[in-house]
Amino acid sequence: MPLLQIQKMTHYFGGLRAVYDYNLAMETGQVCGLIGPNGAGKTTIFNLITGIYRATEGKIFLEGSELNGLAPHEIAARGLGRTFQNLLLWRHMTVLEHVKMARYSKISYGLFGAFFGTAQRHREEAAIEAKALGLLGMMGIKHCADQVVVNLPYGVQRRVEMARALAMDPKILFLDEPTAGMNPEELAQMMEIIRQVRDELGLAIFLIEHRMKVVMELCEHIQTLVFGEVIAEGTPNEIQNNPKVIEAYLGKEAVE
Amino acid sequence: MAVFLQNLINALQWGSFYALIALGYSMVYSILMLFNFAHGDIFMVGAYIGFGVSTALVALTAMGAFALPNWLILVLTILFSMFLTSFVGMIVERVGYRPLRDAPRASAAITGLMIGIILETGNLALLGAQRISFPPLIRTATYDLGGVYVTNKKIMIVVVSLGLALALHQFIRRTRWGMAIRAMAFDYVVVPLMGVPLNKMAALTFGLGSALAAAAGILFGVAYPVLDPYMGILIGWKAFVAAILGGRGSILGATLAGFLMGFIEIFVAMVFPSTLRDLIAYSIILLILVFRPHGFFGEPYSARLRL
Repeated sequence: MPLLQIQKMTHYFGGLRAVYDYNLAMETGQVCGLIGPNGAGKTTIFNLITGIYRATEGKIFLEGSELNGLAPHEIAARGLGRTFQNLLLWRHMTVLEHVKMARYSKISYGLFGAFFGTAQRHREEAAIEAKALGLLGMMGIKHCADQVVVNLPYGVQRRVEMARALAMDPKILFLDEPTAGMNPEELAQMMEIIRQVRDELGLAIFLIEHRMKVVMELCEHIQTLVFGEVIAEGTPNEIQNNPKVIEAYLGKEAVE
Repeated sequence: MAVFLQNLINALQWGSFYALIALGYSMVYSILMLFNFAHGDIFMVGAYIGFGVSTALVALTAMGAFALPNWLILVLTILFSMFLTSFVGMIVERVGYRPLRDAPRASAAITGLMIGIILETGNLALLGAQRISFPPLIRTATYDLGGVYVTNKKIMIVVVSLGLALALHQFIRRTRWGMAIRAMAFDYVVVPLMGVPLNKMAALTFGLGSALAAAAGILFGVAYPVLDPYMGILIGWKAFVAAILGGRGSILGATLAGFLMGFIEIFVAMVFPSTLRDLIAYSIILLILVFRPHGFFGEPYSARLRL
């Protein structure tokens, strides 16, 4: 049974068909890529899987259990972690608070413990803090832990988002354009981090990316989306030489 | 000097009510971007629930069911009433605000006004128009500190209010719910994707705010033991001003602004005729807001984060 399986997912925004007949099967340890021109529906697919939108048709299974109809927070708690194309951070909270927040669903102390500071609360909060600091260390931003995110450089903010997503112990990490707007140095660091996450944390990674270099180097399996439909999928090599993909990116003349 | 200190103490007591009520306004505003205009009436409901609980406890004690000292009755009244009133707040959220979360802001704003009127007139229909006296649970003891008179009630009111504000501050800063409430001030999109149930957080926020309003209502009943269905309107409006003055979602800000308003009102009345009190006091506050439009501790927020 695949880790994540999506069958015949179709979604309409009113009369507009945003995603059509989308299928996917992912295994633990795999890195998959989703490419396509702007407006092809890539982020919509992420939003459908993570429950922000409800698919008009189709089924989504995580480890064999169906995700359709669950609320976004329930889906997230089952093991989907996510970052965002345009950095959605809570601007005036600290880096450490961001990462700790993502452990919300893993905490078991109740309201009583929260108000009266029981031993359980202190123990759990201490464990979360240790976990969060560990992740920040992995991202190389431990020294920023107590800073408010709004003051941090762009590359660091990207890594805060990544640490936040990883704090949920995701089975699959969804990265929406993780290298957008980065300079070459930040880009190299981010690719290194993605490899490290894949190797050390034992999860699957699904990423949307515009830079071909990133996709081709990191992904084992790539899907090309145009107008909400997958027009080609396969290994990086197959995608690079697929005439349909070249046409979608460069126009018809380039092929002929 | 003695006059000044005497007024300072009165201002602390008066500011306590504003501070406790303002906290509820501020938290709801912070996470839902709307004002719960029924909050002043929840203060009123809390006072009435406190009246009911304390009357019942006094009666049971008189009947010999158990022997509770009066101070313990007061403590139990505050705790029980906070608990019960938090459900009133959660019901208001569930019935009045949750269905309208995606509605235009104006619709959500008038919900509060309507719920307020329903609570006032509902109370009127239930208990009639006569005023109700809060049972005198503790006897007033007055201490003379070199010409300044302090009563045990005033000390209790200020200490309990500060204690509750501090407890809320710790809750917001240090626990997972508090963190979730703060994160919700920034967006509704990412917070659920981090595993946080939005509806539960909204209900919790209303519950906490209402519990604090209930505490304020009972303390008010201890200081001014006459309750009537419209007692929450003016004090609610003024606490609302304090919440905005403190800055959106700031616990510290709402508390300080509540006390500041107490000070301004009392000291204006010390210098000017008391009929001019609110005229002058609120002109001063308007002037403060002109220079600090985001309040004392508010962040200059722009629009919400969007996906």
